[in-house]
Amino acid sequence: MIFTAVLLAVFGLGLVGWFAARARARLLYTGRGSMHSMPGYHGWHMALWIVAPALLAWGVWSAIMPGLVESAVLADPAAAQLPPDAMNRAAILADANAIASNPDAVAFNPLSNALAEPMRAAQQRFGLIGSLLVVIAALAGGGYGFTKLRAGFPARTQVERAVLGLLLTASLMAILTTFGIVASLVFEAGLFFRDVSPIAFLTGTHWAPGNAAGADLDENFGAVPLFWGTIYIGAVIAMLVAIPLGLMSAIYLTQYASGRIRKILKPILEILAGIPTVVYGYFAALTVAPIIRDFAGSMGMANPSTESALAAGLVMGVMIIPFVSSMADDALAAVPRAMSDGSLALGATKSETIKKVLLPAALPGIVAGVMLAISRAIGETMIVVMAAGAAARLSVNPFDSMTTVTYQIVQLLTGDQEFNSPKTLSAFALGLVLFIVTLILNIIALRVVKRFREAYD
Amino acid sequence: MTETKLTARNVDVYYGQKKAIDNVSIDIDNGLVTAFIGPSGCGKSTFLRSLNRMNDTIADARVTGEILLDGEDIYAASMDPVALRARVGMVFQKPNPFPKSIYENIAYGPRIHGLASNKADMDVVIERSLTKAGLWEEVKDRLHDAGTALSGGQQQRLCIARAIAVSPEVILMDEPCSALDPIATAKIEELIDELKENYAIVIVTHSMQQAARVSQRTAFFHLGNLVEYGETDQVFTNPREEKTKDYITGRYG
Repeated sequence: MIFTAVLLAVFGLGLVGWFAARARARLLYTGRGSMHSMPGYHGWHMALWIVAPALLAWGVWSAIMPGLVESAVLADPAAAQLPPDAMNRAAILADANAIASNPDAVAFNPLSNALAEPMRAAQQRFGLIGSLLVVIAALAGGGYGFTKLRAGFPARTQVERAVLGLLLTASLMAILTTFGIVASLVFEAGLFFRDVSPIAFLTGTHWAPGNAAGADLDENFGAVPLFWGTIYIGAVIAMLVAIPLGLMSAIYLTQYASGRIRKILKPILEILAGIPTVVYGYFAALTVAPIIRDFAGSMGMANPSTESALAAGLVMGVMIIPFVSSMADDALAAVPRAMSDGSLALGATKSETIKKVLLPAALPGIVAGVMLAISRAIGETMIVVMAAGAAARLSVNPFDSMTTVTYQIVQLLTGDQEFNSPKTLSAFALGLVLFIVTLILNIIALRVVKRFREAYD
Repeated sequence: MTETKLTARNVDVYYGQKKAIDNVSIDIDNGLVTAFIGPSGCGKSTFLRSLNRMNDTIADARVTGEILLDGEDIYAASMDPVALRARVGMVFQKPNPFPKSIYENIAYGPRIHGLASNKADMDVVIERSLTKAGLWEEVKDRLHDAGTALSGGQQQRLCIARAIAVSPEVILMDEPCSALDPIATAKIEELIDELKENYAIVIVTHSMQQAARVSQRTAFFHLGNLVEYGETDQVFTNPREEKTKDYITGRYG
């Protein structure tokens, strides 16, 4: 609240600094060549010197303030009654914090009410100190910037450098987030593997995290049925649909279709890629799955389940078609025209040329596309949640319901869960395995694509 | 002494609405080399590609008039363009070996057309084609290496060997030396000279010196028209047309 106002004030100061510095720089301007940088750059230089230090101070203070507030509250006489164990203390302090910002909030422990008042006082005090620091930083920065304002000062170069820094920070942000995700996965999975042996997890065939308690943990966390379901649905059934259809549509579109047909068909194919996976999910669950169940029944299967690996895999395959098709399209288009001309000039037909020259030459690119498609398919969640089922089962019958890694992660992390039980933590171990597998697939695919590109450019 | 292999009568070639070749008539004889010369964009490559219907592969290209191979109309409905291209081979501007082994590059055509029934026959075809293309000695110990690993000149001779392997009657060459260095060019020219004993050869070239060195007949194209066609010696030393004279003396082009 107070900080929001302070931030607005900082940007206001920046704006004032921009106008002031520009106006001042204009006074210094006496003609062409009299200044290193145009007045606008001096304005930006000043504004940066006001805003950047203030934001830095704000960031640092936001990081240390909660600690300061807490120690102030603990120093209060009422805090002496706090229970010794860390979890209850944290809960009471969190409630006190809630009451401090909203007096109507209800606390479980009356102690929270007692601590709320010192909490609010401490927050106000440190908030005020922080705001002051931020404003001081802004003014100090601005003052420093003002001393630099001279005709010969290279404000343009400095601003350029700041822009570079900004862009670098933006690109690092995504990378740092990725590292953060990996770190949290590895950390939580590490907690899980303290309780359950990795070997039992990776090789066990019994998955029943609900029963898991006490000494038989290892027996209930065998993830092989999940890996099997994931591979069977994502890498086998879905690919049996997506590879032939995607490849053939790419061949048709690049080699046979006239310009007009290509212009109509290609965007339609790409629309498939834009359909939200939830929509595919209920298409699989409501339309495809019952048909497959009835078919399984007519084949003589007793009690066929509505949820089946086949329903999920087929629809997932359709979802992946545009992906395979556009990768194959690129790979085929990258084969030089001279190659097919050479074959046609020898008296080969179009299909002979495609089969014997184009496809072999484009094969690395196509393989890479398929790998990327697999890595997407095994990470796909919504379709399997809606159509594949929850039964962790090792089966090759496509009419059986099966479950996948992604489905189990959803199951394990939704609803009320104890956060540090092996059951919940197993979701992170599954996520880690999934992450590693897709990472490897992606790396291999990208390397293949790169080598392939080098061969023709 | 010579017999006419290819006859073109009143041929027009269009790309969409644009006329690229205007009313060209020419006789191409067996057993000698015919060169097409002319400035860039004059239509000489376009005309060459209409002789084995490679223009069919370009969506909006259209050929009218009559082109006869041994008296047969190659644009007749009964003519299969695929079979035609086996009889009229082509070598391109840039060497374009397939990304396969040297052996497989040559075996490609014979395999499609069923010219060798077993491995021993195929080996004979491979050796004969490579020998004719003057490449056998250089590659006989590494037939299973990639064709793309050869030098540019060797690649082009591989492409010539590949064309020879399907026993064509005519070989069309579209600026076959423009991507090669002078030494490789000399080798190809020597090869063209030897090959003319058995095939009718048509070569498109930018280099007038090359046309003078390798060909017996020269056709000069300008803006889609065939300006002059005659014995190479006559065209270069005593051109009938003013335009030809201007071009070969370097006035333009």
